[in-house]
Amino acid sequence: MKINTILLNIGFRILAIVAAFLFTVLIIAAIQAQPFEAYKNILLGSIGNPQKFGEVVRAWLPLIIVTSGLMVTYTAGLWNIGVEGQITMGAIFTTAVLRLLQDQSIAPGLILVLAIIAGAVGGILWASIAGLLKIYGGINEIFAGLGLNFVADAIILWLIFGPWKRPGVGSMSGTIPFKDTLRLPTLPGSPISIWPVLIAAFLVITIYIVLRGSYFGLRLKAIGKNIRAAYLKGVPTAKYMLGAFMLCGLCAGLAGAIQVTGVHFRLVPSIASGYGFLGILVAMLVNYQVLWALPVAFVFSTLNTGSIQLPIVMKLDASLSGVLQSSLVLFVLLFEGVRKKIMGKAGDG
Amino acid sequence: MPSPIKINQHVAIMNIQLIAIDKSFGNVHANDHINMVIPSGTIQGILGENGAGKTTLMKILSGFYQPDSGRILLDGQPVTIHSPSDAIQNGIGMLNQDPLDFPPLRVLDNFVLGQKGGINLKAGKARKSLEEIQNKFGFHFNPDNYVENLTVGERQQLEILRLLYLGAQVLILDEPTTGISAEQKEKIFKTLVKLIKEGKTVIFVSHKLEEVEGLCSQVVVLRQGKVVGEAKPPYKTKDLVRMMFGKEIKLAERYSCKNETPRIVLKDLCMEDSRLQIKDINLQVCRGEIIGLAGMEGSGQQLFLRSLAGLVVPVSGEISVDGKLMNRKSYHNFQKAGVYYVPAARLEEGLISGFSLTEHVVLVEDQRGFFIKTGAHRLAVQNKIKNFNIQGKPESQVEQLSGGNQQRLSLALLRSPQSVLLLEHPMRGLDMESVIDIWNKLQDYCRQGSSLFFASSDLEEVMRYSDRILVFFGGKVSKALVAEKMSVDQLGQMIGGKGFERGA
Repeated sequence: MKINTILLNIGFRILAIVAAFLFTVLIIAAIQAQPFEAYKNILLGSIGNPQKFGEVVRAWLPLIIVTSGLMVTYTAGLWNIGVEGQITMGAIFTTAVLRLLQDQSIAPGLILVLAIIAGAVGGILWASIAGLLKIYGGINEIFAGLGLNFVADAIILWLIFGPWKRPGVGSMSGTIPFKDTLRLPTLPGSPISIWPVLIAAFLVITIYIVLRGSYFGLRLKAIGKNIRAAYLKGVPTAKYMLGAFMLCGLCAGLAGAIQVTGVHFRLVPSIASGYGFLGILVAMLVNYQVLWALPVAFVFSTLNTGSIQLPIVMKLDASLSGVLQSSLVLFVLLFEGVRKKIMGKAGDG
Repeated sequence: MPSPIKINQHVAIMNIQLIAIDKSFGNVHANDHINMVIPSGTIQGILGENGAGKTTLMKILSGFYQPDSGRILLDGQPVTIHSPSDAIQNGIGMLNQDPLDFPPLRVLDNFVLGQKGGINLKAGKARKSLEEIQNKFGFHFNPDNYVENLTVGERQQLEILRLLYLGAQVLILDEPTTGISAEQKEKIFKTLVKLIKEGKTVIFVSHKLEEVEGLCSQVVVLRQGKVVGEAKPPYKTKDLVRMMFGKEIKLAERYSCKNETPRIVLKDLCMEDSRLQIKDINLQVCRGEIIGLAGMEGSGQQLFLRSLAGLVVPVSGEISVDGKLMNRKSYHNFQKAGVYYVPAARLEEGLISGFSLTEHVVLVEDQRGFFIKTGAHRLAVQNKIKNFNIQGKPESQVEQLSGGNQQRLSLALLRSPQSVLLLEHPMRGLDMESVIDIWNKLQDYCRQGSSLFFASSDLEEVMRYSDRILVFFGGKVSKALVAEKMSVDQLGQMIGGKGFERGA
């Protein structure tokens, strides 16, 4: 790529961010609030102090784990909308193992490891169902995923209000919190645990390398670009697509496990926290480039964590951060389209 | 007495002038400073071998591409053509090598596509217009038929009607006679002559000398992106060939196999798809033998080839390759047995757009370890490029290659040794030099023991290269006819269905 093209690419990205910023300023002004006040509060409530910064990082880790998983399905041309349910299933499996083993005399560290592995299995299982429905049932993975999301939601609600309810009465605040030893150990003076950091680092690097330089990655790319031709060229497409789903499910399941063991310390109905859908947005924004997912996901986590301040301080709705994030995505995609139109004609022959 | 220069007031004249058109794709200089004047009321031939830049130039004129530099003048007025719909507003319509229509839609829907107007399609009016315009040119379409049921030739005719209806004064036809029957070719040519009599302009892009000689009012020859010559009738074939290739070329001799070991045996094979049923095929093909599949397009050749490749599961009967029964085995098992299929649609099924030559080579090779060793393939790719004479670089993306080079790559990607090669219209849209070149390669494979099946709508090609010929007619398949004992006339009649009951 020429330097000019790279500069132009970056220029368009910046332009998109500015446009999204202006757009949200207009929206905030339209609800008669102070836009800059709102931004200030978001920043103060996120990267403004060390404690909040820790929370941003804590939210960032599961998001990048989910996003790197989505890179795999995205590369294979699959829209794994079911990722949200896969996170939920991961969380459920983790909780199940924790509940099963919490009163046994097993080392808590081992229980945690087993629980996290169980989370990965739960995610893989749920993703495999979507994959099998797509490959052998001819059901579009978007619809299969949506359906499975609803099923996962139903299961988690049933567990929280049924078999796993708190003594007396079930509540939206979830199951009984696990004891301290069954929580991921945090760094002193910070809500961050080293476990998810290691898991995230491992997954991001592995997936980056696999997609870039392995036969598996090349074949997934071939499937994503032209599944028919890939099949005719000898790629076992069914196997690879299922593999992509399972790898994404593994990541989602791990994110769910981290949500249980490192963030909420119990199962809550909204355990997936929208990370699945957020991850899809991030994946779309960075367009196959795994490493770019890190800063983008960080910005999203900042907005998410910071906007919790809005209802408290300014009596604004917290969903404003959703508006920010989605307008960011829309503007980036829009400007990407414009950029392609301007310079694309020469390129795509 | 009417003055000869008086022209019907509905007919606009359109002189086209291309000035210093330049266009590059990556490292490929597709059009290099091209100048051309095309007067209205003529058929302008654009002749050139594969990759000469013909299609690129036409796509610039019709708004698919923007030139890097250069100007287009219509009747002396400079115009900028941003898109195909821009082109049609300027009166320029292009018929592509591959029809760009929408097969799942009806004829009428395709006909009105691209029209200006609101949501109200005025179906009644469109139906009437289609009726009028097809009567004028002697075409017969049922407006409610679905386009996927039409042959390539018919889809082409429909596209011409659509462009005329949209007001095209200039009609660009890019290799229009590939994949259509002789009859349809006649019809198209008659239509073109009719059009220029009305004062319209036709640009006829081809690599087929006969057609260009028989049809065009004048010819421009392109080679390697440059205009290398012009000619007016009477044409001298030798001169045109020399301009096209920069040298004279000769055809390869036919190679005939004498080896008797059967490579592939078909026993009572029956197959069907949603449209066709092919029954009771019995055939033994020996090593090195070439079987040509002749017939109108869509008569079952594709179903036959795909069944032999393992892509379609036969209803009954047996296929064995090298003595191994292949029934109900998957396509990938057929590949392992050395059966390779090369589909006609190169960019849709054959190759992966967006992938480079190197990526294709890595994709089809055996996996060695988990990670791809960068650099280990450079030599393999360069060898393939050299051996198959591909005009492209290891990092070129396949969609930047010309049709001929895409086909060369498709063949280069086949693993060897192959037992059975199944090729669907392998030479479609290729220039003479590529055809000869690629056939030499294929005959080499056969000498090494591969058996080859190929479908083609070019009778001469079928006659020249096949040892035996299967004629397809509406799902009926003839006996395997020995090519040497056939004449083109006989073959032509069989393709039209004559004598089929007796012959089959």
